Amino acid sequence: MNYTFNWSVLWTGESGQWLLSGLIVTLELSGLAWLLAVALGIVSGALRTVKFRPFRAVATFYVEFFRNVPLLVWMFFWYFGAPPFLPGPIREWMFDHGLEFWAGVTALGVYSGARFSEVLRAGIQSIPRTQMEAAVASGLTTFQTYRYVILPVALRLIIPPGTNESLNLLKNSSVALTISVTELTFQTRQIETYTAKAIEALTAGTLIYLVLCVGVASIMSWVERRTAIPGLIAHGARRR
Amino acid sequence: MIEIVSGLDVIWRNLPFLMIQGFLGFGKFVGGTVRLAIPAIVLGFILGVFIGLARLAPSRWIRLPATLYVEFFRGVPLVMVIFWMWFVVPIVLRRPIPEFWVALTAFVIFEAAYLGEIVRAGVQSVARGQVEAATAVGLTAVQTMRHVVLPQALKNMIPALVTQFIVLFKDTSLASIIGFMDLTKAAQVVNNREVRPFALYLFIAVVYWVCTYSMSRYARHVEQRLSPA
Repeated sequence: MNYTFNWSVLWTGESGQWLLSGLIVTLELSGLAWLLAVALGIVSGALRTVKFRPFRAVATFYVEFFRNVPLLVWMFFWYFGAPPFLPGPIREWMFDHGLEFWAGVTALGVYSGARFSEVLRAGIQSIPRTQMEAAVASGLTTFQTYRYVILPVALRLIIPPGTNESLNLLKNSSVALTISVTELTFQTRQIETYTAKAIEALTAGTLIYLVLCVGVASIMSWVERRTAIPGLIAHGARRR
Repeated sequence: MIEIVSGLDVIWRNLPFLMIQGFLGFGKFVGGTVRLAIPAIVLGFILGVFIGLARLAPSRWIRLPATLYVEFFRGVPLVMVIFWMWFVVPIVLRRPIPEFWVALTAFVIFEAAYLGEIVRAGVQSVARGQVEAATAVGLTAVQTMRHVVLPQALKNMIPALVTQFIVLFKDTSLASIIGFMDLTKAAQVVNNREVRPFALYLFIAVVYWVCTYSMSRYARHVEQRLSPA
């Protein structure tokens, strides 16, 4: 191996600035996609457990179709395929505000939402049926039952698998480089292109991802401890 | 409406290229989703068994590297691993490596970390008495693992394994980033010529979906057959 290391490429020139901006874009992309994914996951996960059949069918279609197709295909679909079919004003706004970023948020959010949905459904199904029956018996509507009884418990039960999915989302955001979102992996490649120092650039990018993942995991384990339901968490963990 | 009809026409005319070259991998280009996915699954599983068993080894000097391996690759995006292989392997070997081998190496190394965790969980799910009984009848540690623990562990692992195989199957689409002519790349090539992104990407989405969904249905079927009544 005849490769001369030159680690200074990481702090000379614009490399540091690129890495920083890549990190910020990765966090923005993941953060917005996470909000979308959690919202879609809660709605579709809850709908998969209701009695009304058409709701269940729609939610099942969403989950099974979106989660079983590669994220990369969804990136191309939302970036190249979908925009011509959007209503005019939304399309204009997207073209003005970085189409690739919003296509990336949509692709990542809708894809991860289908995966969150499965996690939430498992959480809801691990809650004893009697909770639901008691809520209905005390006069709550189905919506109120979910809003005030089922979801608050389910969301606390699913923090460990939810953390896993959140980390997957963060790592999957790297796929957005294929539609030229200037996130962390994109900037890592950019440093490689300008300096021809692949190992140094990739090391920097890899370390940042590792730190991000460890950081998110430790924040979530703190949240898990804070929101633990006494006597219930062990039950939830055993059921996965 | 015209959009849909012309989209279907584009798919119909390019169907042999998409399916035979892109999906199966026969033709002028080196490619094929299936041709990459099958060896990646087989080799990834073999490496995963070793990683999983190493995580349970009595010696700390085997356990620690295996744990670091798993934690490292589970904290890094696959795209990053592919780029590592793409840039670094040619530097080490001092010659360019074909995309197929770059992609295959990256997938095997990356997925083995996830598969190793599944193997570990599977082995841990086997009752302790089984190991004690096997030792009592005079089997060595390797024989116990090979003839008693692994066959039972494998049965417990099937649902999680198939889920991971589905993930791997979907992940092969990322090989198109380094120019491997898989189904996704084939759709990109056709789209560059015909400009029908909506129809083309939706079509390959359906092709991927048919494969992954039938895998998950089959897994459910096997799971039901194997579970004690």
